[in-house]
Amino acid sequence: MRVFRWFIGLLFIAAFFVINFVVFTEIPFNYKLINVLLFCSLFILIRVVKGPSVADRIVAIDILGILIIGICAILAIALQRSYFIDIGIAWGLQSFIGALALAKFLEGRSLDA
Amino acid sequence: MPDLAINQIIGYVIICIGVIFDLFGVLGLVRLPDVYNRLQAATKSVTFGSAGILFGVFVYSGFTAMGFKAILCAVFILLTSPVSAHAVARAAHKAGIKLTDKTIIDLYRQDKEKSEEQK
Repeated sequence: MRVFRWFIGLLFIAAFFVINFVVFTEIPFNYKLINVLLFCSLFILIRVVKGPSVADRIVAIDILGILIIGICAILAIALQRSYFIDIGIAWGLQSFIGALALAKFLEGRSLDA
Repeated sequence: MPDLAINQIIGYVIICIGVIFDLFGVLGLVRLPDVYNRLQAATKSVTFGSAGILFGVFVYSGFTAMGFKAILCAVFILLTSPVSAHAVARAAHKAGIKLTDKTIIDLYRQDKEKSEEQK
């Protein structure tokens, strides 16, 4: 059963990479890199939905914020506009403050019931 | 393949390394068994990956406004991400979220018990 799950996961990732890098050839390379990062955020959303405790969800949202900064950086060189990195800085600030506030809210009590 | 200057090629190589680090960190986030293990894998790897992407943007665009803003954002990520990870881990341990069954030792709980005995 465990080998079967491993096989399903590897097949899913390999299918994504073949479709992204081999099948569609006329898409520019920057947008292919952005597709890989969006695929990563799909995994993060799986953890947000499925996570057994509250701390899992907080960690996943924090990681999603850091990943979106990377997407903004690649968009900045794809479109040759420098204000996307400003958006990334602001997004990182909001994500940091949000993670700290949620951590203080979680501390000392069990929200899972 | 259009003509690229040498700094743009090096920038793309660093950006690709960052994207690969992001992918592996997110796989660790999905795959590992525990909150603390997930935090361990995801925070370090994804932080290094995004900082690598920003450093690649700096190498790509040179000493322009975009490059300096990218360096600023990378330093900001490298300073703030361990702080939030530490806060979340401490809060999770205080909220009583259990460790996985394969855990050998839990030094933080032993320290708390010892300090409560001294009071």
